[in-house]
Amino acid sequence: MNLITAKDLTLAYDGHTAASNVNFNITAGDYVCIVGENGSGKSTLLKAITGEIKAAGGSLIIDRNVLKNGIGYLPQQSKIQRDFPASVREVVLSGCVKDDSFGLFWKKESKNKAEDVMHLLGIGGLADKCFGELSGGQKQRTLLARAVCASDTILLLDEPVTGLDPDAAHEMYSAIRMINRERGCAIVMVTHDIRCALNEAEHVLSMCSGHSFFGTVEEYVAHEKVDIEIDEKRHNECSHSCGEHHHE
Amino acid sequence: MSIAEIFASEFLTKVVIRAMIVGVLVSLCSSILGVSLVLKRYSMIGDGLSHVGFFGLAIAACAGAGATYSMEISIPIVILAAVLILHLSRNDGKISGDAACAVVSTGAVAIGTLLYNFTGGKSGDICNSLFGSASIITISNKDMVISIILSAVVLLWFVLSAKTIFSVTFDETFASAAGVKVSVINLALAVLTGITITVGMKMMGSIMISAIIVFPALTATRITKNFRLTVIFSALISVVCFVVGFFAACCLSLQTGAAVVTVNLAAFVISWLSSRVVSRIRTKKRVASV
Repeated sequence: MNLITAKDLTLAYDGHTAASNVNFNITAGDYVCIVGENGSGKSTLLKAITGEIKAAGGSLIIDRNVLKNGIGYLPQQSKIQRDFPASVREVVLSGCVKDDSFGLFWKKESKNKAEDVMHLLGIGGLADKCFGELSGGQKQRTLLARAVCASDTILLLDEPVTGLDPDAAHEMYSAIRMINRERGCAIVMVTHDIRCALNEAEHVLSMCSGHSFFGTVEEYVAHEKVDIEIDEKRHNECSHSCGEHHHE
Repeated sequence: MSIAEIFASEFLTKVVIRAMIVGVLVSLCSSILGVSLVLKRYSMIGDGLSHVGFFGLAIAACAGAGATYSMEISIPIVILAAVLILHLSRNDGKISGDAACAVVSTGAVAIGTLLYNFTGGKSGDICNSLFGSASIITISNKDMVISIILSAVVLLWFVLSAKTIFSVTFDETFASAAGVKVSVINLALAVLTGITITVGMKMMGSIMISAIIVFPALTATRITKNFRLTVIFSALISVVCFVVGFFAACCLSLQTGAAVVTVNLAAFVISWLSSRVVSRIRTKKRVASV
């Protein structure tokens, strides 16, 4: 089942074209990594999918069920969240806000759902801790749990491992993989870590100014072979430890 | 004048109770709205809107409405300003939120002062608008009715939308993706803040009214790390500080606004120092256990 389909999509932000001729197709249970240099329109694409901005051209078709069930979104961390007085449970429960928005107290189903997801992601013991006092990795897993509460159909993750140490990044990738495989939830992840993207994803959407590529990991490797070989030395330095984890 | 002397006079008792009701309800509303405003880094909106309230009072003086219809004139102006500030500071990158507040705020004070000058207003009128009325006798029955309706609306809105308010306050981007009408929540927050400011301005003054939005929320965040408890503590702190400041002002013949803000400041300093001491003790214990 197609969840999101883009045909000749053009995206603009603040009057500037961020990306053009973007074509892709995300199906149920898919794992897609969006890669590309800074300013290539990766985050803008996520904003278009969440409805924050409109497509400047072409078409972006989102399945009716996805719109109905909501989209789980893990945005980049904002400054506001650092010293916010909220418990981990409050943050995760806020993912249920679409189905349980009315009144002062959360429904039993929402509470059970949040507890399940927190245990699944290994943050059950942190439920009453203050979000601001967590480590970077714990914070990201909390925000991932919130996104899972918001949707079990599709998750949009905007650079979920940025700023995390290699161990925390490895745990985050494992958690995302588990949600994808065990729950059948489609993952769309923006990342700069191409090596890890190739290890984790089924499909890759590469966005460059003027053109984009969408295909399986194997097709992407074949298509970008020269670039990857050139990049290999650099990636060995910046994502060495992450790569090691995946080859274990 | 002692509290016993105030309550010995029937007239003074009525005046004090009326002012007390208005003050407590305005403190309650401002502290509840203040939590979201402070956490969203929108504290300047309160400051900006209070200065627009000054402009509204100047318009009322200009129109010859005086104190009687000042609220009917000020409230729509403040609501329009709230919408304008939100529109200007929307994430289109043209004007940042604090710059939008500064533009509206300083512009409103400048034009308001000129309007007072043109209408031959006395410096006392400007002082009353800026620092609050020296006498609580100016608090009318109408002010009391409006503050009761306002607090009912704010409490109802908060109780019905607590979960969406938390979601939008914590992370607008996520809330928007999850299907929450973020702009509606922000607009409601700004409009209710504008009305609260206008109602409370007569007693607190346009310069100091934003303090009762910011201080209780800041004090509460030093005490608890839970959003719901922060709102509850903020409301309690605000009401207690108002009552203490109000009676201090009555007994010592002080300006009500200044007294209430000073008590709020003292509460914040105490909570801040206490939280630092507690944090040091915890760190020492952790180090000792390691």
